[in-house]
Amino acid sequence: MKHVGQSIPRYEGHLKVSGRAIYVDDFVMDNMWYGVTVRSPVAKGRLLSIHFNGDIPWHEITVVTAKDIPGQNVIALIDDDQPALVDVFINHVQEAVVLLAHPNKELLEHARKQVKLEIIADTPVLDMHASQKIFKKIKLDKGNVDDVWESAYLILDETYETGAQEQLYIEPNGMLASYVAETGVTIWGSMQCPFYIHKAMKRFMNLDDDKIRVIQLETGGGFGGKEDYPSILAAHAALLSYKCGHPVKMVYDRGEDMVSTTKRHPSRSKYKSAVDASGQLLAMDIELIVDGGAYMTLTPVVLSRGTLHAMGPYKCPNVRIRSTAVATNSPPHGAFRGFGAPQTIFAVEKQMDAIARALNIEPSEIRRRNFARFGDSMSTGQIVRDHIDMNVLMEKAMRVSEYQHKRKEWAVSNLHSNIKRGIGLATFIHGSGFTGSGEKRLASRVGLERKADGRVTVLSGSTEIGQGTNTIFTQIAADALGIDPSMIDVAQPDTQLVPDSGPTVASRTTMVVGKLIEQAAQNLTRIAALATSPPSGEVSLKAYAEYVQPPEIQWDDDTYQGDAYPCYAKAVYVAEVSVDMVTYDTRVERFWALQDVGKVVNPRLAEGQIAGGVVQGIGYAIYENVIFENGAMKNNRMTNYIVPTAMDAPEIHVLFDETPSPYGPQGAVGIGELPLDGTAPAILAAIENATGLSFKHIPVMPEDWI
Amino acid sequence: MTLRLLDKIRSELKGTKEGCGEGECGACAVLVDGELTFSCLVPAMQCEGVKIETIETQDPLLTHLKNAFVEKNGSQCGICTPGMIMASLALLRRNSSPTLDEVREALAGNICRCTGYGQIFEAVLHAAAQARV
Repeated sequence: MKHVGQSIPRYEGHLKVSGRAIYVDDFVMDNMWYGVTVRSPVAKGRLLSIHFNGDIPWHEITVVTAKDIPGQNVIALIDDDQPALVDVFINHVQEAVVLLAHPNKELLEHARKQVKLEIIADTPVLDMHASQKIFKKIKLDKGNVDDVWESAYLILDETYETGAQEQLYIEPNGMLASYVAETGVTIWGSMQCPFYIHKAMKRFMNLDDDKIRVIQLETGGGFGGKEDYPSILAAHAALLSYKCGHPVKMVYDRGEDMVSTTKRHPSRSKYKSAVDASGQLLAMDIELIVDGGAYMTLTPVVLSRGTLHAMGPYKCPNVRIRSTAVATNSPPHGAFRGFGAPQTIFAVEKQMDAIARALNIEPSEIRRRNFARFGDSMSTGQIVRDHIDMNVLMEKAMRVSEYQHKRKEWAVSNLHSNIKRGIGLATFIHGSGFTGSGEKRLASRVGLERKADGRVTVLSGSTEIGQGTNTIFTQIAADALGIDPSMIDVAQPDTQLVPDSGPTVASRTTMVVGKLIEQAAQNLTRIAALATSPPSGEVSLKAYAEYVQPPEIQWDDDTYQGDAYPCYAKAVYVAEVSVDMVTYDTRVERFWALQDVGKVVNPRLAEGQIAGGVVQGIGYAIYENVIFENGAMKNNRMTNYIVPTAMDAPEIHVLFDETPSPYGPQGAVGIGELPLDGTAPAILAAIENATGLSFKHIPVMPEDWI
Repeated sequence: MTLRLLDKIRSELKGTKEGCGEGECGACAVLVDGELTFSCLVPAMQCEGVKIETIETQDPLLTHLKNAFVEKNGSQCGICTPGMIMASLALLRRNSSPTLDEVREALAGNICRCTGYGQIFEAVLHAAAQARV
């Protein structure tokens, strides 16, 4: 029987519900000390000196600054511009300057307040539109937009803005590091990418591969917020342990986590479109700018995904995109589910709605006339090769949500009510896996180990962060090996024991790593057949698989042409809202999320992922407002940064279509980020339907209505 | 810094979690003399001689809830789960047949960032149904 497609219970479910799952703050070591961070109160400046004041037993406290770093003061990622600790130059408020360690956490909280930083402040750049420092520029050209302006029936030029968003994983960032001279450093903690931390530690601690061991503990949510930031926290904990000679645990409190760690990149996009009389796109001229914060971190990749999703699922013969990522003196922005695509998908959906409004054509009809179909070319020249018909998907979504009927009914009833009701939709796609040559560069690997008793262990650096990695790995491996999922264990991601399967990001785990598990299973079966006697005692069989880019996927990083992604998940979301025209309170009443994901590996888990993402998307649209002061988040508490509660979650209908993709295990593609792409534009379309008001930014807060 | 009830509990049992330290997320929820309490807001010294129930407590209704949360996928990353289950326990003890709206309101103080709440509601309603059998 096939296990893929079954809703088997979560692999680590019982551990989690019993309270026995071990998160970093639950993990205690003998002789463990605690660590805290002293941060810059100034957004830009030069550090002159550090003073240790107050009635604090400083002689007991281990103090660390940039001078204590054994290797290079850099958190290696894409560029080498981000230091682990301020040496002289400060580039954002909350930048880490001094680290303190001591066995008594309470003493440390007093001590950190008594560290005074003497700084010569400089003028920071806090507005992305005023920034002169560019991290990355991308140019994409298809055809020639300037050929068509004169002959266009209509030209529409609009600007859209999206705000920052805080990931708000309910478990704050935390790490525990233990440095021992003979063996090196071991790091345990909350993370998405153990091998990113491993790589960063090599240069930072000046240690070889085998002297660094990174182990993922149970992780209470990530959403991208634990993709790159953990490398910084790991470096800090490791450095403190190195200097004080004890294991050191650092766990941020909520306020520190919100104010100093990464957020979704704020963006602004300008869309100038030429259409013919029937509303068909003739040209799209797009300018995108994102705010990267003070250091590059992952910004070029966010800009890339944003650029590649800027045309949505639509075809257009002439496209020009100019994307820029700039630096400001904010804490660096980073990965958050969607990773650039929510920003531009919001904009292109709003633009299509604007075109619909200008031509007095129904929003669904304008989309019908512009969907890229099989054989059409996308903005990069990529030819649509799948057989997922966006039109069929849209009609199904409209049917199940009673879209047309409701629009008609509420157009009348709204006239007599202060509570306006509306229904709106968004149509969108999301590329699975790393862009272009990204997967090739990652060269991900996975292993399978069969013991004498027949149990098989999946060896992978991919992490479980709530999204179901462990469970679906057992299902995929079970089908590939012809055994029951209960015979399969998933090894804890420990860099000493598992291969690097690439980061747990980009909706890639099911498709890319799942496919590798299938290949490793084939290899294991082949090796087992060749073995002349069954494994006995300690002997086990191991087989690996490594990613090879399919030859038909061609991508040019310089021209930005070719197959941006091997395949795409495709979706249509419909939102029903009510708006109280007295209080300006907007509520999402009901929601339909329909997506074609190739193959649903575990229906219950997949439904949970989409529903959870939709609720995060609702937050992105109407509740979550990051207010910046001096470049950092002013409302850095859960009392004043509002995420949806049980009272705010609407009834969400999740539906899946399955058009198998050749690139994933049994046809499955990635799903995790889809709901952050389509939820906000569907909600804004519903708000427009309800009230006639078309907002060009998110979040839309009640005060924006006045 | 006053020792909080949360710290006292976690000095022995790790199931109760800290998510925000300000009584907003509910991850630290326990039952104190049967009342749902955010343990990060209560000084430990106020809790001498009271009955404290945590996710580790042996209780048949609690067991129904745990099984239901596994069966319905009410737990994804798991960090909100102990508090969410304790809040659900408080509800089911006073109302053995809650409506969906009553479940929503009972869990309004527990933030989940992963599930979107739907499968949590299913788990609680399922546990209630199993307990009534």
